[in-house]
Amino acid sequence: MKIGIPKEIHKGEQRVAATPDSAAKLIKLGFDVILETQAGVGADIPDAAYEEVGVKIEKDVNKLWRDADIILKVRAPQKHTALKYDEVDLMHEGQVLISFIWPAQNKKLLERLAAKKVTVLAVDSIPRLSRAQKMDALSSMANIAGYRAVVEAAQHFGRFFTGQITAAGRIPPAKVLVIGAGVAGLAAIGAAKSLGAVVRAFDTRPEVKEQIESMDAEFLMLDVEEDGSGSGGYAKTMSEEFIKAEMALFAEQAKDVDIIITTALIPGKPAPTLITEEMVKSMKPGSVIVDLAAEQGGNCALTKKDRIVTEHGVTIIGYTNLPSRMANQASQLYGTNLRHLLADLCPKKNGKLVINMDDEVIRGATVIKEGQITWPPPPPKLSAAPQKAEAAKPKTEEAPPEPKPALPEGVKQLLLLGALAGALYGIGSVAPESFMAHFTVFVLTCFVGYQVIWNVTPSLHTPLMSVTNAISGIIIIGAILQISSPGFMITLLSGLAVLIASINIAGGFLVTRRMLEMFRK
Amino acid sequence: MSQGLVTMSYIVASILFILSLSGLSNQETARRGNYYGMAGMLIAIIATLLSESVTAYAILIVALLIGGFIGAKAAFKVEMTQMPELVAIMHSLVGMAAVLVGYANFIDHSSTLSGVEKTIHEVEIYVGVLIGAITFSGSVIAFGKLCGKISGKPILLPGRHLLNLGMIALFIWLGNLFLTGAETGGGLWPLIFMTLIAFAFGVHMVMAIGGADMPVVVSMLNSYSGWAAAATGFMLSNDLLIVTGALVGSSGAILSYIMCRAMNRHFLSVIAGGFGSDNAGEAAEVEGEVQSVDTADVVDMLRDAKNIVIIPGYGMAVAQAQHTVYEITKLLREQNKQVRFAIHPVAGRMPGHMNVLLAEAKVPYDIVYEMEEINEDFPNVDVTLVIGANDIVNPSALDDPNSPIAGMPVLECWKGKATIVLKRSMAAGYAGVGNPLFVHENTRMLFGDANESLQAVLKGLQQ
Repeated sequence: MKIGIPKEIHKGEQRVAATPDSAAKLIKLGFDVILETQAGVGADIPDAAYEEVGVKIEKDVNKLWRDADIILKVRAPQKHTALKYDEVDLMHEGQVLISFIWPAQNKKLLERLAAKKVTVLAVDSIPRLSRAQKMDALSSMANIAGYRAVVEAAQHFGRFFTGQITAAGRIPPAKVLVIGAGVAGLAAIGAAKSLGAVVRAFDTRPEVKEQIESMDAEFLMLDVEEDGSGSGGYAKTMSEEFIKAEMALFAEQAKDVDIIITTALIPGKPAPTLITEEMVKSMKPGSVIVDLAAEQGGNCALTKKDRIVTEHGVTIIGYTNLPSRMANQASQLYGTNLRHLLADLCPKKNGKLVINMDDEVIRGATVIKEGQITWPPPPPKLSAAPQKAEAAKPKTEEAPPEPKPALPEGVKQLLLLGALAGALYGIGSVAPESFMAHFTVFVLTCFVGYQVIWNVTPSLHTPLMSVTNAISGIIIIGAILQISSPGFMITLLSGLAVLIASINIAGGFLVTRRMLEMFRK
Repeated sequence: MSQGLVTMSYIVASILFILSLSGLSNQETARRGNYYGMAGMLIAIIATLLSESVTAYAILIVALLIGGFIGAKAAFKVEMTQMPELVAIMHSLVGMAAVLVGYANFIDHSSTLSGVEKTIHEVEIYVGVLIGAITFSGSVIAFGKLCGKISGKPILLPGRHLLNLGMIALFIWLGNLFLTGAETGGGLWPLIFMTLIAFAFGVHMVMAIGGADMPVVVSMLNSYSGWAAAATGFMLSNDLLIVTGALVGSSGAILSYIMCRAMNRHFLSVIAGGFGSDNAGEAAEVEGEVQSVDTADVVDMLRDAKNIVIIPGYGMAVAQAQHTVYEITKLLREQNKQVRFAIHPVAGRMPGHMNVLLAEAKVPYDIVYEMEEINEDFPNVDVTLVIGANDIVNPSALDDPNSPIAGMPVLECWKGKATIVLKRSMAAGYAGVGNPLFVHENTRMLFGDANESLQAVLKGLQQ
């Protein structure tokens, strides 16, 4: 089948849906790849680089859309502002489109696409299962956005991020507050941290505390106990009391920090307003706010979508195209995500697409199947545990019934310990002093042996065994002590014992040495 | 030398032995550990030789020299692939020495013990000889099985559990006879009978254990030889022997436990023997088409691969292919490919067997990985080369609850993009289990002697 990759027409969009790397892999899967000329230019990839790996360059957009069986895009189809054509109109029946769609926000687009009787896979609808991580374009884009947010903030912030003590005076480190510790938030924390800033972070989901602290940032706690984890790893809307406490925290922090990066999004809903105008006013002049939720209305009341505004001395950045501002990196990650998705869609590697609606990942991504709107999908089953237990059940039924232990494991162990203690006391009650002294030594050494050996690396098992073997030749001491006793038989037996034990000692140590000489790095 | 000095030397020797074992648990300190062990042994022997009770120097020195010479010669001559055999036969020597010392001590009437102390002393002799004898005959059979003189298949006598129980009952009965006999100066005959039965017990026990369980057997016998030394120590009231014996005994026991855990088997079921014979359910038959390739295809696959894993098994040891394997590894690494070795804990016939072979071929140990370290990585692996391994790469251990090896952790190479299996023929592994890996769609079989095939691959890669 033919994969067509048109140039993105959204204003300011620099990304492209395939790089030469990912295209080469698609060709390996058995697909033919056609690229609109200059499609990669925004991401600094010339046509020649594609041609090198066997991609066909197409000059005519209309022909590309006509010929391709599968269209890979970044942005959802839209109207070209200058040339007055609409990408939806270019589609034909049976075609497959893979791109960002945002079906919740774009119901009309969904209906128009359905009317075209096409199949649409929305990369933003891929369920966030661990299996689907390799195709999770949202995460890869969020990662870039988080990093870029810090870079943008640094550009508009008039001071160093890192604290310094110089001959010209002391420079305090910049204080950065990151709200929402998803992928973007964590990426922002990492980038700000590595520039040397003091980073604090807040999230409604308590389980991310550990992740934040692992990035060496400070997790801001609220006194109110409420878990904000929704399904699919996203946050949900919180109670009123919680929001009140949260806002108080932000108000207090706003006075202190220099940079605020907000990434708070709740899927399918407008972004919550977390930074009010009052808070912006309270911030120090020269502070910067980067609002990563600008697309969904913004977390800051004063954010203007796609623009940088300065209000009350605070620069508020509302860019929605941060990934596109690092187009090469973004295209690389996005191209790879798409390549993984196509590899799953083409299990036989023969260039034929199979949309298997029983596959949870593919089911989730498919928003229109041959003209039928299949969005929203049934809720993803994130908790794998109960499912696994079910799957395991029939297996155990087939297996031969295990002999049931007469006693539960704990009781058995207790009995064993009891028996052991009883035996020890039994010995202790009759044994003479001299024996007990030896016995003490014996038991203690068993423990020493246990402690010493427990951590041995597997690669040394053989040398360990041959050395212990040599050491157990210590029995020679017994033979030496016996040999001088009167009586021919005793001398003979002991002499023999000395002989074979010394074979053991010499052989064991020398072969161990030989073996260890061979181990090298 | 006074008794005080001797005891002091024994303490020093004990500490050196402990340092030796702890040194052996890490690559960096292993060599030092071995020297500690040698020093400890030297101090112990010299101190004993110089103690007041030793007078028969002539015979001692002669025996020491002969024994030392034989041991050294064996150590320098042995092939690395024969390590398991060497270790097994050495265990038998310790067992035999324990038996001999036990008899000598029994015949020696110079001790002046009486009452409970005398009884305890006699029990110690009895137990020491018993463990020594079992270690001896068991190790001899293990040696025979390892070098192929005795079939590796478990030999199961009818009612073997009853037979074992009967023998244990006999041990107790004979022990009673021995103790009452020893009161009046007799008791030699029960001791001899017991020794013979213990020999039979050892033979019977190891005979029933299949070849695949050999690593457990070897480390278990290692443990027994330690207990035998400890029992001798009790008999002679010698703390050095007790300490050393207990060290070796517990270290062997832990090794056996580690091995059993690696195979997901219960220790008792390994010892009771009869691998795969007690299964009620029928293991699924392996069905499918084997896709065989020739060396030229293998060369091409290796050339295209970036990420290669080599899984060696007993077959590599048999074919002596470790040097060729490393030549290939070097060549591939020079071409900037990632080549790693994945070692299953029970690969080969002895714990750590594969590591020793690879070390002999000078494979650097930082590209040798353990099962847990590498199993998650297999989906990223382009080509896995399985050399003479079978059960340790058997997917039915995970999928087929009726398989005799069900539940044993295995190297999941079938998750990689392609697997090449080098094998002599389609015979089943030691466990006698069919292997669905061989008919997996991503698996290619390269039949023939591993070393010859690999030589051809090496030549192909050099062109």
